Formats: sequence, C-alpha cells, structure tokens
Amino acid sequence: MKPRHKRFAFIGLGLLVLGVATVLILNAFQSNLVFFFTPSQVADGEVPQGRSFRIGGMIEDGSLVRENDGLTVRFIVTDTAKRVPVTYKGILPDLFKEGKGAVAQGKLNADGTFVASEVLAKHDENYMPPEAAEALAKAKASGAQQSKSLVVPQGRQGREGSL
Amino acid sequence: MIPEIGHFALILALCVAVVQGILPIYGAAVGNSALMAVAKPAARGQFLLVLTAFCCLGYAFAEKDFSVLYVAATSNSPASLHYRLAAIWGAHEGSLLLWTFILTVWMFAVTLFSAHLPDATRSRILGVMGLVSVGFLLFMLTVSNPFERLIPAAPDGRDLNPLLQDPGMVIHPPMLYMGYVGFSVAFAFAIAALLGGNLDAAWARWSRPWTTVAWCFLTVGIAMGSGWAYYELGWGGWWFWDPVENASFMPWLAGTALVHSLAVTDKRGGFKVWTVLLAIMAFSLSLLGTFLVRSGVLTSVHAFATDPKRGLFILAFLAIVIGGSLALYAWRAPRVGLGGGFAMVSREGMLLANNVLLIAAMGSVLLGTLYPLFLDALDLGKISVGPPYFDSVFVPLMTPAIFLMGIGPLAQWKKASLPDLAKRLRWAFGVSVITALALPVVMGNWTPLLSLGLLLAIWIVTTAIVTLRERLAHVSGNTLLERLASVPRSYWGMLVAHCGIAVFIVGVTMVKGFETEKDVRMNVGETATIGDYTFRFDGAQDVVGPNYTAARGIFHVSRDGRETTVLYPEKRRYPVQNQVMTEAAIDPGLLRDLYVSLGEPLDDGAWSVRLYHKPFVDWIWGGCFIMALGGVLAVSDRRYRIAWRRQEPAVPASTRTARRKVA
Repeated sequence: MKPRHKRFAFIGLGLLVLGVATVLILNAFQSNLVFFFTPSQVADGEVPQGRSFRIGGMIEDGSLVRENDGLTVRFIVTDTAKRVPVTYKGILPDLFKEGKGAVAQGKLNADGTFVASEVLAKHDENYMPPEAAEALAKAKASGAQQSKSLVVPQGRQGREGSL
Repeated sequence: MIPEIGHFALILALCVAVVQGILPIYGAAVGNSALMAVAKPAARGQFLLVLTAFCCLGYAFAEKDFSVLYVAATSNSPASLHYRLAAIWGAHEGSLLLWTFILTVWMFAVTLFSAHLPDATRSRILGVMGLVSVGFLLFMLTVSNPFERLIPAAPDGRDLNPLLQDPGMVIHPPMLYMGYVGFSVAFAFAIAALLGGNLDAAWARWSRPWTTVAWCFLTVGIAMGSGWAYYELGWGGWWFWDPVENASFMPWLAGTALVHSLAVTDKRGGFKVWTVLLAIMAFSLSLLGTFLVRSGVLTSVHAFATDPKRGLFILAFLAIVIGGSLALYAWRAPRVGLGGGFAMVSREGMLLANNVLLIAAMGSVLLGTLYPLFLDALDLGKISVGPPYFDSVFVPLMTPAIFLMGIGPLAQWKKASLPDLAKRLRWAFGVSVITALALPVVMGNWTPLLSLGLLLAIWIVTTAIVTLRERLAHVSGNTLLERLASVPRSYWGMLVAHCGIAVFIVGVTMVKGFETEKDVRMNVGETATIGDYTFRFDGAQDVVGPNYTAARGIFHVSRDGRETTVLYPEKRRYPVQNQVMTEAAIDPGLLRDLYVSLGEPLDDGAWSVRLYHKPFVDWIWGGCFIMALGGVLAVSDRRYRIAWRRQEPAVPASTRTARRKVA
C-alpha cells in the first residue's frame, strides 16, 4: 500500500468507528428516554402502553394507605383536575408527604393503576419537583381556558429555597 | 463592617483582574517587557484580595453575623463551627467565591512555579487567567453578591441543608473546584500558545504537570462526591448518572484525554492541534458544569439558584469564553503545524484511538445531560434519560479503550508491529481470559458482564506487569531494587494510575454482580438474612443531637452465629428546616460493606428497613484514589523538579532522546 492509500484506510477506519459509536449511542438513547406525563394526560389515555414513564403532581391528602406487609403503599397523584392511583413497594423518600409534590416512574397496568418502580426523592420541604409543579400549573391553566401555561415552581423561595 | 471589607476587596480584585487581563497580553503582543512585568504582581495582589474576601465571609459565618443574607440563609447558631465554615460553599454565592478564590490560588501557583517560562508566555498565561477571573468577579458583584446585607438582621439563620452537614461535604466541593479550575491553567497555556504561535514540545512539557495536578484533584473530588452520595443519601447507590454528576464527569473525560494527548505532544511533538482543542474543551466543560449546577436548571440537590439573571450571565460568559477561544483556535491553529507522522499501529495511534473513545464517551454523556434541557427549554415536553442509557453506552465504548490501555504502553512510538505485540502479550492475554472465565464460576454466579469486567481488570494488571518487566530489562542497575528505583516516577505514575482503573473496575463489577438488597418490615427482635449475614433488629430509641432529634435503630449483625458488628442507623429530624433525613449505618470492609438504613416507623415499634450487602464497593473509591496517586507520582517526576528549580528547559536534549529510546 502506498502511504496515501494507508492514510485513506486510516481515516476511513476512524470514520467507521465513529459512525458505529454514533449509531450505538443514538440507539441506546432512543430506547432509554423516559417521558413525563401529567395525571390529566394519563386520564386522557395519552400515555404509552407497556413502556415506563414518569408522572408527577400532588399526593392527595388522606390517600396514603399502607398495606400489611409494611412496604407496599397506595396513594393518589393528582394535578387537581385528574387523579391517578399509584402503588409502590419499597421505602419512600424522606420527604414524601401527603399534600406535597412527587414524581414517580413506572408503568400503567390494565386497570389504570400506576405501578411505580421508583418514587423520586426531594431534598427540601419547600421544593417542588419542576415536573410536579408543571403538572399542577398545566391543569390550572387548562381549567382557566388558557392554551399555554407558565411554569411556576410553587413554594420555591428563590435563593434560600432549595439546594 | 467586616462584610463591607470583603465586598470592597472583591471590587478591588475586579480592578486588578481587568489590569491583569489586558496589560500583560498587550505587552506580550508588542514586546513591551514593562507591561508584561505587571502580570506577576497583579496575580499575587488579586490572590491576596480574594483571600481577604474569603476570610471576611468565613469571619461572618464564625461570628454568626445573620445580618448577612447569605449567612442567614445557610447557617444556624447551634450548628458547630466547622459546619458553619463549610457553609461558605454550601450554596450558590459562596461557592462562586470559592471558585474565584481557587482560581486565584492557581494563579498564585503559576507565579511561583513559572520561573523557567519565557516572559511573554508567562504574561499571556496570567493574562488569560485574569480575564477568566474578570468574568467570575463581575458575576459575583452584579448578580450574586455573598456579602449582601439582610436588614433587619435575622434573629437566627435558616441552617444549612442537613444533607450537606457532613464531613464529606466539607472537602468535596473544594477538591472538585481545584480540579475544575485547575483546567483553567491548561486552558490558559493553550490560549497563550495560540496567541504566541509557539506550540512546541516545550509548551507541552510545561503544561503537563499542571494538567495532571488538576486531573488528580478532579478525580478525588468526583470520588468524594460519589462516596458522599453513597453514605448520605441512604439509597446505597454510588453513581446515579444525575446531571450534576455528569457535569463533573464530562471535564474528567476530556481531562483524561488531554493528559494522554499532552504526553504525545511532549514526547513526539504530535497531536498539537488536537491537544489545544482538548485543553479548550476540558475548561469549557468545567464552565458548563458550573453553569449546569449553579444556574438552577437542573432538578437536583445542587441546583442552588433560580434567578434567571444569573443563568443569563453565566450563559453569556460561557458563550464568550467558548466562542472566543474556538474562534481564536480556528484562526491560529492552522499555523501550529501537525507534527510527525505515525503508523496506525503505534503508540500514537493507540493513544489517538483512546482519545477518540474518551471524547465519544464524553459526547454521549453530554447528549444525555443536555438533550432533556433543550427539549424543556423549547417547550417540547419533559423527558429524562436514565442510567440504562449511560450503562449501555459506556460498556461498549470503554471496553476497547481499556483493551488498548494495556497494549499502548508496550507499543513503540511511530510504528509498532502487531505480531510482535501479540507475542509479548500472549501470556497476559491467556491469564486474563482464563481467570476471567473461571473466577465467576468459582464464585457461583457467571454472567457475561461479570466476566467482561474481570477480564478488563486482570488485563490491565497483567499488561502492567509485562510492561514493567520489559522496562526493567532496559534500565541500568545491578540488583532488582536498583533497577526498580531507576524507573522514572512518571512511568510509575502511569502504571499506578492504570492499575487504579483496574481496582475501580473490580469494584464496579463485583458490586453489580453480587450485591444483595432487601427492603423489609422488621418487628423488634426479628431477623433478616442477606448474603451470609443475619441482621437482628433490637428496636429504635430516641436520641438528641446538637441541631436535630433522631430515632436510632439498633441492629446486631452476625455471621455463622458470631457477632460481626452492631449498626446504628438513624432517622433524623432537623427542626429549623423541618427536614427529615436518613443517616445510614455502614460497616465498611475491604471485601464487603454492610449497609442499613431506616425507612419509616410502622406499628408496635416495627420499622421498614433497607438492608444491603455490597461486596467490594470500597474498591470503587479506592481505585479513584489510586488513579490520583498515580497522577501525583507522575508530577513528582525528577524532570519537573529540575525544571522548577532551573531557568533552563528541563532536561538536556541528549538525555531526552536516550529516554525516548527506552520508552
């Protein structure tokens, strides 16, 4: 091989490796995206079947029920417009409380219950996960016949608020 | 009064930084040595001014001066002195002050260890660092002043987030920032070289130790952050692919690539343009990390501020630094030249391949971190990218990189022969494959990933042994000890750092392959078994801490009927912020960690409890510290020590060529 051919082979191989890496990365990316839905969207049937996604909103007051095994809990996530029943088996984050915001990841089962594999931790009582805040804001906005909603993280107090 | 002195010191520092950013660079361009001479005193003056500001803020915390807004927001009178001082960097404003302070520390270090540099180069380096400092000081003085007053003063503070009241949190941010900001030196070297147009092997030799030191700090900083998450968050995980973690990991990947590419520029004069680009990239990613973490765009424990002005400022600053340096790069890089050619199978070729893989990995992290933010910003919906994405990308990208890591140090520069390499490495390869296949079977749980992980780890160690043996055959000395001593420290550094990766991989592989986790409801006196260990729950009692009250569980752990240890996990309530926190109890060990954390109280004194058995988990952090140790060894190499003492370029040319032959 002439040096020039060698060089071409070199560059070609490099591009090939880079191409394979890109395809690999994008493929993995595509299949691991987790989408976020509000309880209203869940009620309207906009959510994917058999695929994991996230929901967020408020935990309805008085909805938290613990089963006898001490680990399985049932609660209702609401955006004030619609309600979604959720079950979760495991230990809840420290700041999980009724009347506060939460985000859960999991799948919807056949009878419309959201089976959470993960309930996301918050780290500050004043802090509302942005997803949960958005769900509430959206429901509010659609109630007021507005098409677009502004995301207002409720209860978040600027610089002192959240870490 | 004291806070005003601090504020004033920052304003003065900004003035000095402007002077330092303009005069020396201009002086270097026109060859005016009087202007260039401004750089050194200006950098030292700026260091003293920012140090003053830093001490003033520290004083405000120590004296519980709650008339300072930042102090009132992040500390509280019952908190002990060290946590009040650590609160300096417990939130947004103070951590920026820490950033700037560390930048001036690096500047000061440059003025101390740059006697061997040409005047023009040194003034340009300090000038560029001065410009970076202008950006940060301006940011603090305009939109995030840590000395802002709160009038009337608060009777008591809001307290630091309990999660951050931890020894790990005291050291983690300064370490991480030493790394982040340390890349500013490599960046300043690169920009100085582009400005001056003298990008040669000497330049690489000067900038190498700085980069390595920054890389060491970053490695340790990330490891400490990961360790903190492990024992403090109570979830038993050590890496969550959280955007904040990614923000620190991206500069690390770019920095690792930079360390290796600098080696080629130093030894062979190659990769010049690429090295400069990597230096720009590493520092830009450090800035991006700061932006991601500090602007509050991330949903995370670290997202301090939600003020859009700040976000805009950092974004503009980021655009100027990255855009400006890339424009300069595009303009000047073609003049730099390409350096010597090399064959595909050569040490350069393998280092290049490793560089490309590291950067591809960095790109995949960048994609996973920024894409959700873009979608959100454009109002196209909310998504998140979870750990499975990063896991499935990293294994195939890092496997070839680590395979090459074993071969690279054995390959000749310029052109190596594959059959020859295969012959030299066949034993290492055979041993690795057989052990990797057999070991999991012996341990009773064979999975492909387990074998792959062990294969890579053993491959690194066995090839390191082969490399060292061949190296020893080439150095002079009668006894083995003498010959070991005459291997240069930078070479030891490389071997040690690579073995650190091996230790790290063993940790990750074993934890993933053999860990057991159990969430259980435990009544008083009840037992639960995971691994070979039996945990007996003996109830929880109330305890009172300095600024919290807690329920403390008592767990007797035994193995084969003999008691191993007693663990006391706690559920703490911090009344000031009305925050509940899980304090896990861990029994660490070389071969396994036992980990207990309390969930919630149930009826009759029962608790829901999380139990973990984590084999080899401490190897993960141990590996990181070994990597950093390798970096320290490399920097303590003789040639740098000589360079710092002498005005002349480090090593005479003849010895260098001699060394190159051996290498």
